[in-house]
Amino acid sequence: MAEFFLLSAIANELLMPLIEFSDKGLCCPQGQFYIDPWKPVDKALITHGHSDHARWGSQSYLCHRYTKPILQLRLGDNAYQTVEWGETIFMNGVKISFHPAGHVIGSSQIRLEYKGEVWVVSGDYKVVNDGLSGQFEAVPCNTFITESTFGLPIYKWKSPEQINKDIQIWIQKNTADKKTSVITAYSLGKAQRVIQAIAEVTEKIYVHGAIFNIHETLVKAGWKLPQVHRITHDTAKVELAGSVVVAPPSADGSSWMKRFPDPVVGVCSGWMQVRGNARRRNVDAGFVMSDHADWPGLLQAVKATGAEKVFVTHGFQATFSRYLNELGIEAGEVKTEYGNDEEEGLTPSTAGIEDVENPAENE
Amino acid sequence: MSKTPLKMSDFTSDIEKLVIEDNERDRAVSAQGLGGFAELVKILGTSTKTTDKLEALVQYFSEADDRDKVWVIALFSGRKPKRAVNTTQLITWCVEVAGLPGWLFGESYHTVGDLAETISLLLPETVATDGSVETKPLHFYIDTFRQIEKQDENIKKEFILDSWKQMNQNERFVFNKLITGAFRIGVSQKMMVNALAKFTSLEASVIAHRISGNWDPSTTTFAELLNESPAITDYSKPYPFYLAYALDENPETLGDPAEWQVEWKWDGIRGQMIKRNDTLFVWSRGEELMTDKFPEYHSLKHVLPDGTVLDGEIIPSIDKKPLPFALLQTRIGRKNVTKKNLQETPITFFAYDLLEYNHEDWRNRPLTERRKQLEILIAPLTTPTIILSPIVEFAKWDELTALRKTSREMGAEGFMIKRKSSIYQVGRKTGDWWKWKIEPLVIDCVMIYAEKGSGRRSNLYTAYTFAVRDGEKLVPFTRAYSGLTDKEFNEVDSFVKRNAIEKFGPVRTVKPELVFEIAFEGIAASNRHKSGVALRFPRINRWRKDKKPDEINTLEDLKKMLEVYGK
Repeated sequence: MAEFFLLSAIANELLMPLIEFSDKGLCCPQGQFYIDPWKPVDKALITHGHSDHARWGSQSYLCHRYTKPILQLRLGDNAYQTVEWGETIFMNGVKISFHPAGHVIGSSQIRLEYKGEVWVVSGDYKVVNDGLSGQFEAVPCNTFITESTFGLPIYKWKSPEQINKDIQIWIQKNTADKKTSVITAYSLGKAQRVIQAIAEVTEKIYVHGAIFNIHETLVKAGWKLPQVHRITHDTAKVELAGSVVVAPPSADGSSWMKRFPDPVVGVCSGWMQVRGNARRRNVDAGFVMSDHADWPGLLQAVKATGAEKVFVTHGFQATFSRYLNELGIEAGEVKTEYGNDEEEGLTPSTAGIEDVENPAENE
Repeated sequence: MSKTPLKMSDFTSDIEKLVIEDNERDRAVSAQGLGGFAELVKILGTSTKTTDKLEALVQYFSEADDRDKVWVIALFSGRKPKRAVNTTQLITWCVEVAGLPGWLFGESYHTVGDLAETISLLLPETVATDGSVETKPLHFYIDTFRQIEKQDENIKKEFILDSWKQMNQNERFVFNKLITGAFRIGVSQKMMVNALAKFTSLEASVIAHRISGNWDPSTTTFAELLNESPAITDYSKPYPFYLAYALDENPETLGDPAEWQVEWKWDGIRGQMIKRNDTLFVWSRGEELMTDKFPEYHSLKHVLPDGTVLDGEIIPSIDKKPLPFALLQTRIGRKNVTKKNLQETPITFFAYDLLEYNHEDWRNRPLTERRKQLEILIAPLTTPTIILSPIVEFAKWDELTALRKTSREMGAEGFMIKRKSSIYQVGRKTGDWWKWKIEPLVIDCVMIYAEKGSGRRSNLYTAYTFAVRDGEKLVPFTRAYSGLTDKEFNEVDSFVKRNAIEKFGPVRTVKPELVFEIAFEGIAASNRHKSGVALRFPRINRWRKDKKPDEINTLEDLKKMLEVYGK
């Protein structure tokens, strides 16, 4: 008996880990595929459509059904295969299933199982339900890979309802003052949340081209979203006076903003939690709204998986993993190339630079 | 207050009494808890438009309790409440309430960059956030700080914890700010004065005068401070300083030289000397009463006539020649001045304007008239402690341009150009008074350490240490915090994050790669610095992206500058 245990222990030591952290991304050697690779590979499993997770150049892509139209818009025609949440497929003996991550429309955690061992790659996630992205599902596993964008206890979000209310009140005040409200929010994720929230108090919503493209794609895919109007060169200035506009962060401070007679800018971002960031961005209003989990959300998610081992990626990796270790959950930090793109970014400063210099978001 | 420590029960009943009194009063007026002040601070701190800030201030002054108004005026003009607890206590209680390890508080603080805000964010939310619990007015908390200042730690703790419980995050932030001091938010004294002028019937200049000087917000009422005719005379009260704008263009643009009076611009502390009621007061421009710091001035009490106010420069000098600013700094920080100090660094007052004479406000008389009287007053004096700041004679502007090049030899940093007909205005006003400063000294160096900033720059590496070359070694010689655009700070920040070599607490050692040109106003020998020199007002002049680290200046270059400009 004792001998048997010893042998299996050795066998486990010799086993390849289910996921390796390679220079191309998260790799499953047994399944011969990658998850959210940052370099072109043969088989890419994609958690969600943000461009730091879904990159161009791979031979084939596997994603959730809702993510496919977004990938088609952003990456063009490729070999796409889709799955439903909870549906099981096998790749070289590895059992794979996708589960809601609650981050943006279609965002999924990816569960891998091989010889009784379970790993979950959560991509980006938030545990509260924003009404569009689905309810985050706690998937029991041995090893959990978590983001840590807001992995400090200073980050605690209000409920989505409360944030929506704050934005609505702000818009109504601006409209009464005959000012144009320009709300900046990332084109995939927060833009849809904002549009839904303001539709309740706004007759006509204007959007930037980048947001319009995503919006149209989602509507064509069957999403019931409020009607929006694209701002073009022909949109009359008079028409825009006192209106409500949703634009990507890159628009703020650009010449695109010059068309609005008396604009007030409201920024929707988790970084607005700290006064200094709001002041540095020189915004009229900061709404603490994020598609990432806050500190309590991260802890809740990690604990709910029951994982014995946690790998912490992009964000405050060192801090969050140290804290988990102190709680008795074995955790280590992993360097990835996530979190450095159009989403909320690794840090407020890099996010700031990307905001200004990402030409893809401009018209 | 009793000398024996109060029991908790005594204290709580005291507090309860206060609470009841306050509740009764509030019901009669309006529900003005700390929230009104917190909201004002939020608008002032985040609003991008001056008109919005002004509107928020006027709104606040028209609604708030008079006692709160007095405190807001006091806080925004740099006065502080009694410090009831220290920051260590605050941090300890915060991590205890939040259930967090101390190191995680440290990490959070480094990201937020402000202690009061960090604590406000880490404390758990309570029921108060929905507004169902009304907080007490601003003055209640400040009064209580004074009452508990000498009390037992437990009593202090209970008060702080209870207060936190009743507040939302915004309110906790301002509450913590009241405790930690430093209320530097996006509002200038000038803006507050303008708001008060809109709200009262007084002129802005009168308000600026009233709120300056030596008043205690805990005993001064709003009426005493700002009614039509002040009932109590504060003999120490200085006039608001008239400040000049920098002249960026050629002085030719000012027109006829005969209309202008030119003086050297001294590099000391701008000060006001007041002799009233047979007492002498010396104020700095930062509205700090400095009378006791400079015993040299005390003899002037017997020399100046009563009812005199002078504007001038506080500066060390020997034989009418100013000494470097660094020497003045050795005097300011000191509580007890030694005989040696008095001999080596005698402080002089370079008088250049007369604001009150014979108990009369002279500020509305033309400069020429004030100057004439000033000369009559000061010229006959034989003491080296007060001298006339001389007028620079010139007939044409290009003569002045040539003379300006000798500023450093004169111990000056350029010229003050004042219109002869100008009255003495309040605050920074354009048109009549100009400062025409000499070009700063510059040196190229490489960044070697970086630290995160605070406030608006929290979470960004914006405080840097720079080094010059000494053979193969790099010798740190100065720190600088300002001079880059937000975009450049972001760029440097991301460089630091990618190129950090070592970590010493909040400080990162970075690869010596980025070259900057540092500008500074003066240089002096210093044995407290590794490099042996201390710079006056160093700041980043520009980012030398065109230069490599091996092209920077050397320690030898710095020493040469010290030789030329530092003696």
